[in-house]
Amino acid sequence: MLKLEARPQPSKAMSFASPLIALVLTVILAALLFAALGKDPLKGLGVFFVEPLNGMRSISEVLLKSTPLILCALGLAVCYRSNVWNIGAEGQFLLGAIAGGGVALWLTTEGISGSRGIYSPLVLIAGALGGMVWAAITALLRDKFNASEILVSLMLVYVAQQLLNYLVFVPWKDPMGFNFPQTKTFDASTWLPALLPKSRLHWGFVVALVFVGIFWSFLFRSWRGYQLQVGGLAPAAARYAGFSARTSLWTALLTSGGMAGLAGAMEAAGPLKQLTPHVSTGYGFTAIIVCFVGRLHPVGIVFSGMLLSMMLIGGELGQSRLGLPNALTGVFQGLLLFLLLACDTLIFYRIRWKGAPHAVVPPAVKPATPTTAKEGA
Amino acid sequence: MLRLELVSISKQYPAVKANDNVSLKVQPGEIHAVLGENGAGKSTMMKMIYGAVRPDEGEIRWNGQPVQIRNPQEARHLGISMVFQHFSLFDTLTAAENVWLGLDKSLSLAEVTQRITKVSKEYGLDVEPLRPVHTLSVGERQRVEIVRALMTNPKLLILDEPTSVLTPQAVEKLFVTLRQLASEGCSILYISHKLDEIRALCHHCTVLRGGKVTGEVDPRTETNAGLSRLMIGSEPPQLKHVQAHVGELALELKGLSLVKQSPFGTSLADIALQVRAGEIVGVAGVSGNGQQEFMAALSGEDTRAPAGSIRMFGNDISNASPRHRRKMGLHFVPEERLGRGAVPTLSLAQNTLLTRTEAVSKSGWIRTGQVTRLAADLIARYNVKAGGPGAAAKSLSGGNLQKFIVGREIDAKPKLLIVSQPTWGVDVGAAAQIRGALLKLRDEGCALLVVSEELDELFEISDRLVVIAQGRISPSVPTAQATIEMIGEWMSGLWPRDGAAPRKEAAHA
Amino acid sequence: MNEIALLLAATLASGTPLAIAGLGLLLNEKAGVLNLGAEGMMLVAAIAGFAAAYYSGSDIVAFAAGAAAGALMAAIFGWLVIWLNTNQYATGLALTLFGGGFSAFVGVDFAGKKLSDRSPLNIPGLSDIPFIGPALFRQHPMVYVAIALMFAFGWFLYKSRAGLVLRAVGESPESAHALGYPVRRIRFFAVIAGGALCGVAGAYLSVVYAPLWVEGLTAGRGWIALALTTFATWRPARVLLGAYLFGGVTMLQFALQGAGVEVSSQLLAMLPYLATIVVLALISRNPVWIRINMPASLGKPFHPGS
Repeated sequence: MLKLEARPQPSKAMSFASPLIALVLTVILAALLFAALGKDPLKGLGVFFVEPLNGMRSISEVLLKSTPLILCALGLAVCYRSNVWNIGAEGQFLLGAIAGGGVALWLTTEGISGSRGIYSPLVLIAGALGGMVWAAITALLRDKFNASEILVSLMLVYVAQQLLNYLVFVPWKDPMGFNFPQTKTFDASTWLPALLPKSRLHWGFVVALVFVGIFWSFLFRSWRGYQLQVGGLAPAAARYAGFSARTSLWTALLTSGGMAGLAGAMEAAGPLKQLTPHVSTGYGFTAIIVCFVGRLHPVGIVFSGMLLSMMLIGGELGQSRLGLPNALTGVFQGLLLFLLLACDTLIFYRIRWKGAPHAVVPPAVKPATPTTAKEGA
Repeated sequence: MLRLELVSISKQYPAVKANDNVSLKVQPGEIHAVLGENGAGKSTMMKMIYGAVRPDEGEIRWNGQPVQIRNPQEARHLGISMVFQHFSLFDTLTAAENVWLGLDKSLSLAEVTQRITKVSKEYGLDVEPLRPVHTLSVGERQRVEIVRALMTNPKLLILDEPTSVLTPQAVEKLFVTLRQLASEGCSILYISHKLDEIRALCHHCTVLRGGKVTGEVDPRTETNAGLSRLMIGSEPPQLKHVQAHVGELALELKGLSLVKQSPFGTSLADIALQVRAGEIVGVAGVSGNGQQEFMAALSGEDTRAPAGSIRMFGNDISNASPRHRRKMGLHFVPEERLGRGAVPTLSLAQNTLLTRTEAVSKSGWIRTGQVTRLAADLIARYNVKAGGPGAAAKSLSGGNLQKFIVGREIDAKPKLLIVSQPTWGVDVGAAAQIRGALLKLRDEGCALLVVSEELDELFEISDRLVVIAQGRISPSVPTAQATIEMIGEWMSGLWPRDGAAPRKEAAHA
Repeated sequence: MNEIALLLAATLASGTPLAIAGLGLLLNEKAGVLNLGAEGMMLVAAIAGFAAAYYSGSDIVAFAAGAAAGALMAAIFGWLVIWLNTNQYATGLALTLFGGGFSAFVGVDFAGKKLSDRSPLNIPGLSDIPFIGPALFRQHPMVYVAIALMFAFGWFLYKSRAGLVLRAVGESPESAHALGYPVRRIRFFAVIAGGALCGVAGAYLSVVYAPLWVEGLTAGRGWIALALTTFATWRPARVLLGAYLFGGVTMLQFALQGAGVEVSSQLLAMLPYLATIVVLALISRNPVWIRINMPASLGKPFHPGS
């Protein structure tokens, strides 16, 4: 019989190994699923996990799609380490797209000429602010009313989706757009500069990598980062130390809101260059998986961001090449997270074989049912 | 025929052999003490008797027959019942419902309620069945636990450190109940580290040390020194006592009243107290009388105290944050080590940053090298057995972690050190070291306020004593002039108020 | 007048899946387990129920399929959280994300397909009372099942010994364990039963309420059901009250549109979610209230033998 036995100290080796084991198990399950669907498992795996890295163009797409994932996940890592369960990154992402896109749209329609050096950052900053404002609502309700940040941030996702729909269907709809729900294409001065010629990859990727360094320093070398993590690990110890739970709450939510908003603005002004109801393909939720698979660690997040970006592109390729539904990506991502959580147990527990205990003596002698009267000596 | 016999029982855990070839012999109607310091293996032994844990080797015999006790229900069927040190009660349920849950399904709730009234009268254990447990005092809760155990008609009753939550007078009442039970034929296993109680109550005593049995004696014929030698292998360490040189007024409390924040808490009422540099003031009291709230108000975890009610060297710190208070020289050692005094999964080095911020630069950057060096220094100077500054706090034993935390605060050279339960759950050796460190600090001119539920400890190290009861603090009395009986009475709230005669109604004890 | 009766009837119908899911989650939470995977369970159950109804033509089979799907997903969640002690929040989220992807994947072949409308149950005599008849007594049987469940829960939790044990486990699993109760098995049972109920609610949505399948059919109802347990301060009758309240708000957007109110449909669609936020804020405001009513071990892991 297998038994779990607590380790005296969390195992560092398992911290690294766990995501890899989870990935291997996911691949195995994926192969089984392909077989069950009547497709050649090796071909399926190839399309999902190998094809996306085939050639410069593919790799640039992987990096492109990983940018919003990495940005969002960095902010979420700060939140989850502080035990603030922000799951509304999707909504904050959309608000960032709305804010950044709104500014880009305004600059475009007003026809104000300007240099990309000024407009592009303006759009991005607007995006970050938009995301922060949306996250601030959650923070305020948790701070003042003690309302669960999980539920509030989630509800705000649905509200944000409807807001975006409203804007592209009604006031911001491109009058020349054949009545499609979309805005005008943004003026080139608001676009993000391309990183690689002949690809959609833009400087946002570099920005994301810079943020990785910033977040690492913040989490592991800064006083504020230490306070946030203690607050997440042991709230009573944080109170004892005098760390303000309120400051931590607002720092965590504003940071993740800002990062998600920035990612949203980058999506709008980068590959899309306009606003449509489909600005996000669920980046905010995929980022949650990226965050966990990356161990809530900035460097891990880079790798998991690229991994999940690969799976997203693999899903698209699977649809076009093998006729598999795109929704399969969601299945694999969910599986990966499940398996990761299961494998994480190994960080804190060891598996041991325990035989049945020595049955040397006969089982307990069952006495008569205890009477209700008091027994004499 | 023996009621219970343990024959060559052993139990191995990954890091330690908790019980090594131990034996135990309990006669019917005998009050049998199991004596040992923290970590000696008492609770492991009890867990095996009452079915929570299975022995690796050896045999358990009940009324002469070998048995395998696979879970607490089987233990109950045999007639073994346990009253835990940390109560297994459900706060939002009534006393009757709590008792009902501890019994098997054969009786209805109404029948149980009736029976509780009967049993509690019979044994002098006052329990109101219909009150929700969270409204009961700690002593009352223990009575619910005992009634619950008694209602299973036990042939063997195990009590784990039952007197840590009782006033000396309540302890006497408990002993009367236990003697009555024993005279009716019920055997009692009494687990404790309090030598005086064991010698006063028990017929027989098995002493454990390091997982092995070091002696089986009749405590009525032994001295404290003899029992102590069996328990820790030597005489209890003597602490040097130097006459206190009292200096300026370090801490002054006046009119400290604080409404309770949680529905299950205690409000503080008009607390007045003075602590001077170079002295130790001990705060005695049964747990649940406001100690938590009092400590939180002093440490800064609760900043709602009325303005001017807490002054340190004349400065009003009633609403200051813990960081501010530390800057002024006030340091605090909380009673919970893991989770409050230290973060369990962080390393010792990282845990120094909770209260020691010298390694944090003005711009908010942490100098990790400096942090590690501080931790290594503390480990060396305070004899902390740990795997280095990088060891996780939860990998240390209770005593060693406490030495680390106390060392961390003492090393900050405080002007006022407040300590809550300094040696709770700590082995005798470490406890002596900690008490010695506190005395040394006081000799160097620091003011100390120590809250403890161990009266012996307070009598040993304090210069003056006060008692906290129901959120109020008694006037202070020099330790030399105090007696255990007097302090015991005060713990029930019966201290003289403004020179008037002592209050007639005792507080819930 | 007739419009109001119809609005009431629609409110009951709309609130029913929330009520059933809410009661299921209540069972979970009373035992101390927070299952954030409600939305995912409801989605998988919805497609399972839809597929079952599509192929078998029977509602009973559909509800059974939904319950089974919900229970199965809950079992995976329960095993991870109760036996492997994984983080309850993260695992619940994983369940939702997986459920979303899995239901979309399985449902690809059913996208846009419709089932025939279910005719409401006409109770002779009661259904013909003016106003009250159309308002309350022309409903699908599930509506009455929800109400019956509420009474059953009330009896179970507060009048039976098993319910007392469940509440004790939620209050302090350590104490229950010390008394010898199989805490993990009890919690596992609560999680599976709760999952089955969420499954029934999901099947109701796709088979009776819609009745069709699109990706993401539940549109956040699983999350609203989670908010409901807090709103109801963990009492069954209040779960139903809250469910009908939210059902009413959801219906309100259609009523307003129909009444020609000059607000865009997208903005009106925000109403149920904004209402949830407002209600959560108001209820959570009193920390003392929450402390007394919330199962004390909610969301915290349990380690036997620690």
